Amino acid sequence: MHLYNLTLQPPTATTQAIVGNFSGARQQEIIVSHGTRLELLRPDAQTGKVATVIATDVFGSIRSLAAFRLTGGTKDYAIVGSDSGRIVILDYDPKTSSFVKLHQETYGKSGARRIVPGQYLATDPKGRSVMISAMEKSKLVYILNRDAAANLTISSPLEAHKNAAIIHHIVGLDVGFENPMFAALEVDYTESDQDPTGEAFNNAEKMLTYYELDLGLNHVVRKWSEPTDPRANLLVQVPGGQLASSDRFDGPSGVLVCCEDHIIYRHADAAQHRVPIPRRKNPLEDPSRGLIITAAVMHKMKGAFFFLLQSEDGDLYKVTIEHEEEEVKSLKIKYFDTVPVASSLCILKSGFLFVASEFGNHFLYQFQKLGDDDNEPEFSSTSYPSFGMAEPSVPLPRAFFRPRPLENLVVADELESLDPIIDSKVMNLLPNSDTPQIFAACGRGPGSTFRTLRHGLEVEESVSSDLPGIPNAVWTTKRNEDDPFDSYIILSFVNGTLVLSIGETIEEVQDTGFLSAAPTLAVQQIGADALLQVHPQGIRHVLVDRRVNEWRVPQGKTIVCATTNKRQVVVALSSAELVYFELDLDGQLNEYQDRKAMGSTVLALSIAEVPEGRQRTPYLAVGCEDQTVRIISLDPESTLDTISLQALTAPPSSICIADMLDASINKAQPTMFVNIGLQNGVLLRTVLDPINGQLTDTRTRFLGTRPVKLVRVQIQRNPAILALSSRSWLNYTYQNLMHFTPLIYDNLDYAWSFSAELSPEGLIGIAGSVLRIFQVPKLGMKLKQDSMPLSYTPRKFITHPGNNYFYMIEGDHRVLSEEATAKKLEALRQQGKRIDEEVINLPPEQFGRPKAAASTWGSCIRIIDPIEAKTLSVINLEDNEAAFSLAVVPFSARGGELHLVVGTAADTHVSPRSCSSGFLRTYKFVDEGRALEFQHKALRIYDIGKKKLLRKVENKTFTTAIVSLATQGSRIIVGDMQESIQFAVYKAPENRLLTFADDSQPRWISAMTMVDYNTIAAADRFGNVFVNRLDPKISDQVVDDPTGAGILHEKAQLMGAPHKTKMLAHFHVGDLITSIHKVSLVAGGREVLLYTGLHGTIGILVPFVSKEDVDFISTLEQHMRTEQGQASLVGRDQLSWRGYYVPVKAVVDGDLCETYARLPGTKQQAIAGELDRTVGEVLKKLEQLRVTASGF
Amino acid sequence: MSSELRYTANTQLEHLHARYTGTGHADLSKYEWLAHQHRDTLSSVVGHPTLTSFLAIADGEAIGRVKFEMTERMLQPCGPPPKKDDD
Repeated sequence: MHLYNLTLQPPTATTQAIVGNFSGARQQEIIVSHGTRLELLRPDAQTGKVATVIATDVFGSIRSLAAFRLTGGTKDYAIVGSDSGRIVILDYDPKTSSFVKLHQETYGKSGARRIVPGQYLATDPKGRSVMISAMEKSKLVYILNRDAAANLTISSPLEAHKNAAIIHHIVGLDVGFENPMFAALEVDYTESDQDPTGEAFNNAEKMLTYYELDLGLNHVVRKWSEPTDPRANLLVQVPGGQLASSDRFDGPSGVLVCCEDHIIYRHADAAQHRVPIPRRKNPLEDPSRGLIITAAVMHKMKGAFFFLLQSEDGDLYKVTIEHEEEEVKSLKIKYFDTVPVASSLCILKSGFLFVASEFGNHFLYQFQKLGDDDNEPEFSSTSYPSFGMAEPSVPLPRAFFRPRPLENLVVADELESLDPIIDSKVMNLLPNSDTPQIFAACGRGPGSTFRTLRHGLEVEESVSSDLPGIPNAVWTTKRNEDDPFDSYIILSFVNGTLVLSIGETIEEVQDTGFLSAAPTLAVQQIGADALLQVHPQGIRHVLVDRRVNEWRVPQGKTIVCATTNKRQVVVALSSAELVYFELDLDGQLNEYQDRKAMGSTVLALSIAEVPEGRQRTPYLAVGCEDQTVRIISLDPESTLDTISLQALTAPPSSICIADMLDASINKAQPTMFVNIGLQNGVLLRTVLDPINGQLTDTRTRFLGTRPVKLVRVQIQRNPAILALSSRSWLNYTYQNLMHFTPLIYDNLDYAWSFSAELSPEGLIGIAGSVLRIFQVPKLGMKLKQDSMPLSYTPRKFITHPGNNYFYMIEGDHRVLSEEATAKKLEALRQQGKRIDEEVINLPPEQFGRPKAAASTWGSCIRIIDPIEAKTLSVINLEDNEAAFSLAVVPFSARGGELHLVVGTAADTHVSPRSCSSGFLRTYKFVDEGRALEFQHKALRIYDIGKKKLLRKVENKTFTTAIVSLATQGSRIIVGDMQESIQFAVYKAPENRLLTFADDSQPRWISAMTMVDYNTIAAADRFGNVFVNRLDPKISDQVVDDPTGAGILHEKAQLMGAPHKTKMLAHFHVGDLITSIHKVSLVAGGREVLLYTGLHGTIGILVPFVSKEDVDFISTLEQHMRTEQGQASLVGRDQLSWRGYYVPVKAVVDGDLCETYARLPGTKQQAIAGELDRTVGEVLKKLEQLRVTASGF
Repeated sequence: MSSELRYTANTQLEHLHARYTGTGHADLSKYEWLAHQHRDTLSSVVGHPTLTSFLAIADGEAIGRVKFEMTERMLQPCGPPPKKDDD
């Protein structure tokens, strides 16, 4: 078994985001880390929309990111701390649109280790140095500078280590142009490790330490160290330093120390200021709970600065500091707004706030105001004795605010994110679909969603109107060459043509010079200001003054097809002749003296657009009934000579030549593609060699059951091809690479570009007698998402064999159930407390639910109709019960009737795992036997009785906790939380449940599926996916043993089951896999393993069909690895990344192989040469692997 | 082994232990070993974004809170050290 791993949807969780002028232009950009991927986002200040510029896999785990700018520079660089044991400085190169690694300095071992730096990064605000720190002890300081040629330089590292110190956070202090200084929040564990009484532990002090980099001595010294609040968790830089021009101070310098319930302003030799973190005035809040700040951002404006701090509930606070020169007068805090809990906050100079949510969709907000003059209560350090620091160990009186809907911010854009995917199913449930959909349970808490993912581009329809008849084609055209928008819509019917003009309204016009009594074959805006209509009887050339020059076909012949561009017209006659026209310099259309006899009826014609600065395009493609496509010269030297010929498997139905950019073929300029649609629904894509006119590099794709129609359109200012069959497809360039994706839209009969003021980049299409105008807004998203809200974090969902509904269990820890909430409110009312209804009724999707004490649960069972995307019914669980497992079970005592069995537990404690009681709830479908049940610590077989389930068998040998079960026949596959996969069997005659095989390695199973009777594909918590197989001989032996006595008396091996499974394949994906399915993603395609990851990854493992493929792709991977060795953006070795925990076995990294398309041409050539192939063949193989397995 | 060599070997070893926190040695007590294990595990969890997300979902807390509590636990992951017998 050999597998090919391919990511279909990269992770969408954002672990960190930084803002800066990375391209060096005036515009600010955001770099986000998706854990294993870096993405550059560009928010548009006008439209407030965020666009992806580039996204790159780094083949490593990004742990920290920081932006910095050298003094006097205009461009920001990104520093990346990862698990590679290296610090990397990246520069975004706008010319090649890629990240360039400027420096890579190795300092330690790879892996996310305790004392190897990479966890925290802090930069000097003047861009002179950077500190990179580990979780414990190690801190390294690098000096950044520029050399004579203005290149960025990096020094060797200076150590600022402190033994036995746990580091909570580090930050760069703003000290102006004095020696760079860094602040660290550290705790020393030496004493608490030595003191058995525990007193030292209780008295352990959290130290705020300043490290100064002495630029003169090239040395780091511990400058100052003072204890601070023991529950401090985060440091925020406070502006400081003097401006060079004036002697005014930017700020007081120092840091904000964010602690539980308090914010402290701190600086060496300066008075401390402390304010409480205001809490929500909500009667349901747990008053014993502390509140911490989890994200913070400082923003400097002209002469002022403020902070936005976000609490773990998602509330934003605006913090301001009043200061005179370097002396702080007061520290003030007030509630600002509530947004989703963020992993990072970024403020853009253009007035936007980017919130990279820790779970769920990311948001871009626009500032409406800065909360300066509202009635929100403000808490100042001056209102407390000694600025709140009279008794530092005693908390300040609590401060409160009323949460309310957004007032200062307004949503500008939302970036869809699947993070976290907790469970999924892959099925084809939607009508009129030939490919399966992915149903995913996503999100956390009240923001959870159930999403339907369909492969294809989302279409936004703006107009849909009925027409009097059924047209067979539609065109739009401008009147003049320089018009920004189209003026006419031309519809061709069987016996006539309708011209509509586009203005305030769309209405019919008569006086356009177009012939309305005959159908139309082609419409073109030709020359500077003329129009052209081709109809079966001739060609009408409508000049600007409405004079018409008409060319008529010879008697007894008609025009069967035509192709046009701005200067050239080619028509094919019913007598299989080609007539060629060209526009001369006076704007006259001239016929070429000879006609070309083709010898076979012409079915399709196409010429490309006239290249910029040229008179004509030199090639014409002609598709004939004899199943050939010929390339014919239009060059004046050899007009109408046949250059090359390609045989086809079916008669062509449509041809389209387009110049499109595909960086895998040519990075500098567009490539001329000849797309040939066949009558059997197949599309051929070939590359036309611009020098000799030969057709090379043919790729085929099955589009649908109807003959293919091809139309050249404009998508986001780039040429694209719309291919219409029983599904509509779009062939387009995105991030310099060519993509081919179906549109999620009704079948179209014909389509054309449409450009008007309201929809400058639209498309117009006809479907039956309906005219539609639509857009394709997002080219990057190949999976269209439709979502439906859920109440709590989804845990699992299952299907029913007899209907198309999903049964889902949801549950949230630290949440009061609806029943408990109502009870608590009632109790409060009875105590005579006033309850603020408005605060109680704030939507939980936005504000979250009040956090309750540990072991409190809110949970429900939900029935979902996935086709309609709606909830059919919800059963809320009461008495602090939470559902953890469910199954549809036939009970033989009830005649095999199916029942839903839900495993629940009351008063569940997460760590250490315990509960007061566990239940199996059995539901009848309506409105019982043998069942497999899933309970922690013990696996039991139950039978149904009259009133309750009866226990049948039990096996208590499972070590930790069972997280996953699968069955086939009497075989039971058990996935244990720590002890990998075990094979068990139920022997009915003796009523025995026996474990007969297990894994020789411990594995923390997170998901698994049976590939066949003896093979299991499973994933563990650390991001690995693997395949285990049981020896078929042992399998047979177990099956043949009627009573299980043989297994029972076999000798245990390695303190486990008597037999061991063998590992066949192993791979580190980098995301925690939450579900695996064995499915076929394309109609009639091979079965693949599809997995979903917690961070939103969707990927597949494709089994190779032949040994040849394995050899070829493995060799390619090897070459790519050497190539990537220098290129990995975090400096992690790809092979060691994919073999993070266990060496890679029998899996090829498809994501790495696909970066072949982005390599420079010479390198592509060199690798292809080593493989004895051409570059085209390598690319074709890679595309074929992707398309045949996934259709993506 | 000459006494001089033994001397240098030992200092080298001591130097290495000081440099690589968490490295075991022959006289390591059970408590010390366990504390090292726990600190290594906790810092590894904080260092892997998927694991912090996973724990945050399971526990119903914010990722920031999970990271903070994990880091706090590194101070004394296995309770106070056992009393020394020799005094």
